[in-house]
Amino acid sequence: MVSETQSQLQEAAWARLMCAAQQGDALCYEQLLRDVTPFIRSLTRRYCRNPQLAEDVVQDVLLTVHRIRHTWDPRRPFSPWLAAIAARRGIDRIRRDTRIARHEVSDDWALETFATPAANNESGALRAVEAIEPLLAALPERQRRALEAIKFRGLSLAQAASESGQSVGALKVNVHRAVKALRALVSTVDKAEDE
Amino acid sequence: MSEPTTDELIGALSHGLAPVRPLPPPVLRALLWLTVAALLVGAAILRWANPAVIAARTAEPRLALECAASLITGITAVLAAFYLSVPDRTGLWRYAALPPLLLWIATSGLGCLQYGGGLGPAGQRLGESGHCFIFIVLVSTPLALLLYGVLRRARPLEPLPVALSAALGVAALAAFVLQFFHPFDTTAIDLVMHLAAVGLVVALAGLSRRLLS
Repeated sequence: MVSETQSQLQEAAWARLMCAAQQGDALCYEQLLRDVTPFIRSLTRRYCRNPQLAEDVVQDVLLTVHRIRHTWDPRRPFSPWLAAIAARRGIDRIRRDTRIARHEVSDDWALETFATPAANNESGALRAVEAIEPLLAALPERQRRALEAIKFRGLSLAQAASESGQSVGALKVNVHRAVKALRALVSTVDKAEDE
Repeated sequence: MSEPTTDELIGALSHGLAPVRPLPPPVLRALLWLTVAALLVGAAILRWANPAVIAARTAEPRLALECAASLITGITAVLAAFYLSVPDRTGLWRYAALPPLLLWIATSGLGCLQYGGGLGPAGQRLGESGHCFIFIVLVSTPLALLLYGVLRRARPLEPLPVALSAALGVAALAAFVLQFFHPFDTTAIDLVMHLAAVGLVVALAGLSRRLLS
């Protein structure tokens, strides 16, 4: 009996606030929206169990209330009008989720590994470049420049010799030493990662 | 940019709130639209229809019932469209026009059987049926646009039933008006063409339902 009276009082208060809101009273409207939000939340949880997604539906209901606030007839109770909007938006949410679930597949591994091995090459190469850059910096200057000119930029020995000022023999030796030193560095890094 | 919280949204919606004029009850809006439509259609009937045709058709009980059923279907479907356009009215309104619609189809079908299938001289009757089809579509279109213009004020939450009901209403009213220009009994081909015209109007309305929201 008490709760019925409370419910009637609440209904009358909401109707009064909505009447004022239809006449442009922003304070009453704000109070009404704050007062009805828990009611909307309780209704939308029937359609959406995830609290985060349910809050999206609550906001959707508030936006709809705002958009069609002129369709509430002041001679009729307010709660059924609001509940009808909440139910409609809840059903829309279920339909949208079902549609998405039917057409889209969620694969957590999709970004990690591609089905075609060739598709992984680019990301593998990028990781290799990122890994080798600090190792190159650790090489002596002459070895690093010889390796970059011959192995990375693909210059001939003669071109590299004229560009770097080193003899062809010195270039060959420096490339050989650089590769050997890099192998040793890579092996050291791999061991450290394994440990 | 992060999405607004519910509190922030409420603040934004309340800020600079504009006053709105509540919509009149659906029954009043429907009666107003039906009055305007009746004036337009009535003027056209008085200007172009043949009174002798009207007298002859209403003299026979089955034809009078067929006319009444199409008129009631039109009025009920238009009324239903107005009720369905606002959120807090029962969804049962979407079935309100079904009984008179069935009566309309039944009385038309009875007419076909009564006149032995009434295919008539094929060329002539098919040509007349084509005119009926065009008549229903042409009369329905301006009425539907007028009705859409009024219904869209409510911004229906679920536009499809509103659009379908509105289209059935105007197509049935157009079929009712057709009776005043239809100086022969309904044949099987006529019935098919009438139903095809109504179906086309309803289908087009269903496709254009987004105009309502």
